[in-house]
Amino acid sequence: MYYAAVIAILVTMALALIRAFIGPSVYDRMLAANVFGTKTVLLIAVGGYVLSWPAFLDVALLYALTNFVGTIAVMRFFEYSDQASCDVQDGGER
Amino acid sequence: MPSWVDLISWVCFVLGGLLCITGGVGLLRFPDFFTRVHAVGVTETLAAPLLLSGLALQLGWTLDLVKVVLIMAFILATNPTATHAMARAALHGGHRPVIFGEESERIDSEGIDSEGIDSEGIDSEGIDSEGMASGKMASEKSTSGEGPSSKN
Repeated sequence: MYYAAVIAILVTMALALIRAFIGPSVYDRMLAANVFGTKTVLLIAVGGYVLSWPAFLDVALLYALTNFVGTIAVMRFFEYSDQASCDVQDGGER
Repeated sequence: MPSWVDLISWVCFVLGGLLCITGGVGLLRFPDFFTRVHAVGVTETLAAPLLLSGLALQLGWTLDLVKVVLIMAFILATNPTATHAMARAALHGGHRPVIFGEESERIDSEGIDSEGIDSEGIDSEGIDSEGMASGKMASEKSTSGEGPSSKN
């Protein structure tokens, strides 16, 4: 059962990588990177228990923290860099 | 003979794995960014606690259980937040949801979407009625704005 969960997580990571490669917009790539990071946390948690790694949950917790901060940072960057061109049109409409 | 705790944790593992694959397939095959956000955000928020609770049932009353509960609480707090923030960033950045059925030739809108977003922004899409309405409002305002300026 552990291996079924590990294989499912790996398949999901592969699908997220495909979406990150072919993603039409930058938001699709960002979403795929977020999915990949969350699945990395789950893979470390489950696979570390199966392989009986020492202190695997600390690594998983650190990955969860880093993933959220990185996603928010990249999202803010693209939000405001794209808004620079869009904001003029919105302000003109209103 | 496995115990009840093992059975419950295996059910959690299998359901979590199924939800993982469901979210991955939805991420790969859905036509729009917002539908992909929907697929991933909904399934991942349930898949991660299922997998982690299956792991927690296997761990028993140890210090690792506290860490698993911490990871679960953190993922439950941050994953919907990140999903919502990404959808809002895409909406601010000029993405508009693809609405099917209004214009039948817009069915293959993925190529149009990517080209339009990268090159020119909102106005090149013209998919939704809201964008058209706001475009009309903008043209009206521009004409009304030109009136006094031409008088002066």
